[in-house]
Amino acid sequence: MPEPTIVHPDGMGYIPHAAGFVANEGPKLVSGRFPYEDSYTLECALATGAYTGLRAALGRTPADVHTEVRDATLLGRGGAGFPAGVKWGFCPEDVWPRYLVVNGDESEPGTYKDRLLMERDPHQLIEGCLIACYALGLSQCFLYVRGEMALAQERLAVALNDAYEAGYVGRNICDTDFSVDITLHWGAGAYIVGEETALIESLEGNRGMPRLKPPYFPAAIGLYGRPTIVNNVETLANLPWILEHGAIAYRGYGSEASPGTRLFAVSGHVVRPGVYEVEQGVTTYRDLIYGPNFCRGIREGNELKAFIPGGASAPWFFEEQLDLSLEARDIGAAGSMLGSGAIVVMDHTTDVVKACLRIVRFFARESCGKCSPCREGTSWEEKILERILDGHGRPSDLDLLLDIGDNISPGPYPVAAHGAAGLDAVPFPPLQTTICPLGPSSVAPITSALRRFRSEFEARITRHEGIPVRSAPVVDGDPA
Amino acid sequence: MSFFTEANARTAAEVIARYPRPRSAVIPLLHLAQEQEGWVTRDAMVEIAELTGATPAEVLGTGSFYEMFRFHPVGRYVVNVCTNISCQLLGGEELLHHVEESLEVHAGGTTADGMFTVEEVECVAACTEAPCFTVNYRYFHRADPDTFDAVVDDLRAGRSPLARGAQGDDGNLPAHGTLGRLRQHIPDDRRAGVVPPEQADQEPVWLRTAPSTTSAADA
Ligand SMILES: Cc1cc2nc3c(=O)[nH]c(=O)nc-3n(C[C@H](O)[C@H](O)[C@H](O)COP(=O)(O)O)c2cc1C
Ligand code: SF4
Ligand code: FES
Repeated sequence: MPEPTIVHPDGMGYIPHAAGFVANEGPKLVSGRFPYEDSYTLECALATGAYTGLRAALGRTPADVHTEVRDATLLGRGGAGFPAGVKWGFCPEDVWPRYLVVNGDESEPGTYKDRLLMERDPHQLIEGCLIACYALGLSQCFLYVRGEMALAQERLAVALNDAYEAGYVGRNICDTDFSVDITLHWGAGAYIVGEETALIESLEGNRGMPRLKPPYFPAAIGLYGRPTIVNNVETLANLPWILEHGAIAYRGYGSEASPGTRLFAVSGHVVRPGVYEVEQGVTTYRDLIYGPNFCRGIREGNELKAFIPGGASAPWFFEEQLDLSLEARDIGAAGSMLGSGAIVVMDHTTDVVKACLRIVRFFARESCGKCSPCREGTSWEEKILERILDGHGRPSDLDLLLDIGDNISPGPYPVAAHGAAGLDAVPFPPLQTTICPLGPSSVAPITSALRRFRSEFEARITRHEGIPVRSAPVVDGDPA
Repeated sequence: MSFFTEANARTAAEVIARYPRPRSAVIPLLHLAQEQEGWVTRDAMVEIAELTGATPAEVLGTGSFYEMFRFHPVGRYVVNVCTNISCQLLGGEELLHHVEESLEVHAGGTTADGMFTVEEVECVAACTEAPCFTVNYRYFHRADPDTFDAVVDDLRAGRSPLARGAQGDDGNLPAHGTLGRLRQHIPDDRRAGVVPPEQADQEPVWLRTAPSTTSAADA
């Protein structure tokens, strides 16, 4: 096997050809090939064991392969964390064809891992798709890559062409009866298309708007009205390892409830931001943010003000949540979510009103407009925060913000405990009056920031200097 | 008069053949049209409608939902600056400000010489590499005003800036509209067979036969 070309030019462990990836200590179940410079080629992939998991799968019955994945407790990496093996079981029997749609639309702010997986190791993803198709009898796979990711599109196109040529994709794969086509597809810029039913609408050639639920899973009714499995890129990228080494070995990493590893992107005010492969469940936020093996603390010795534990949609955490481990269940009980494995760290210099507005504005811009609480609510949230930031806020605005939030997501909104103020956590997930969770996500930064930093918002609202008065009457353009 | 060039018409036919229903090819074909002209013209939409069994209005309806499609001419280079949270924390807004000042154009606008269109965009999945911007969807990580100025100098001088650390392919930065340049191509003798869902209503054969071919799989 060729030696990987790991280069540590700055002693930081970054790899020049895999931007942001840090080759830290620890098991590498999905990022093992990243350090090889030519990891995306079929040649390198085959020399480092690619398609071994597929061959192992093809030597067993499809039902057996499904059982192996169920036993591994492979939790979905797209955001909701639903076990893949269980979701796979939701396809109705005797309805054919069934499809696989790969969610490579990665656009949750803070999230950077699927792009790396597609650019650095396309064959691992293709192998994962094939294993899923084999296990469930899925007759065609659609690889939906985010439109903005030109390099990932190229790498996947070449990888697919090579894999077809070599007999790993297409007709009679590895000389068996297993045949499946993988169609490379890319989007055109819309965050909401990451929601699985919107993804399917988009793949059917429509505006990417989420479908009404139920059915809750497209496994029942999906693409062209047929049973469809939608899985995240990282979820599928785990399958080759699981089939090669088995569920028991997989469960040897991470915790009982969350086995295996995950790619976490840690961004913001840390010394060494990056994408790390981390054992789930057993690692804590403190390890990740301060550990020498990970981000090495807050930049310039600054103090932590807040951090977002699972992508922009997640309620914020603070100092007192640092010792929570990366365990979906515990984080949910503490008022937020593990989400898409994106941690955004804010130090004490951060203007939380500005940060809050930026995230809210994202949801306002990306709302698909299908339901009114989200369409209207998110833009009002944005307008109100904007006027507060501009110094035109009204004292009633803070309650108004919470009221709008309550119309999108009724009841107490999930939020972290604030021990010093005697406030308990409200567990995840939020309720919703909307078709999909995008609307409710816009409430997360508002309730999180207002609970902790209300005084910073109030300081913006209370004026300390006189309001300028217009000195001359408006003459030009008088409609009368 | 057809809109697509002969070569692109062949590509379009190949793309459509990869989907069980032609309508699914609307977005890929809009990309192809944008690659050909730099933006999506009316003629393009009329032809895409014919090819996919949609109406031109439906093609516009779909296309206008997605921010990458342009229905008016844009600059040869579209500069997208991310100001979302991770980039904002590390100077994304200041970077955008510099881009606007130095090109003398507001976000959303195009320079008078038609070279650059500037956009303020949402997270582009490079958050640990903040602040970042892309030019025609090629990434520039951990960027500062100097990085940006150097990229502009390169482009104005007709050099590719990809050597400056963008994630590139063959080192050439194509004009706006071209995304992945290496395309998927399924050889006829390797194709499993794409058919409309109505014609694939049987359990796939390997669910019944596997793993009778174990020995072959082990080979
Ligand atoms: C607004 C919204 C955006 C989403 N964006 C993504 C995304 O970009 N990528 C992704 O894999 N899942 C995304 N999801 C989650 C998907 O709906 C779906 O749960 C996931 O792709 C299932 O795959 P998994 O079970 O393997 O995680 C999003 C969900 C919502 C509500
Ligand atoms: S919640 Fe927002 S994004 Fe989701 S369906 Fe409703 S309007 Fe669209
Ligand atoms: S926030 Fe800028 S790339 Fe993610």
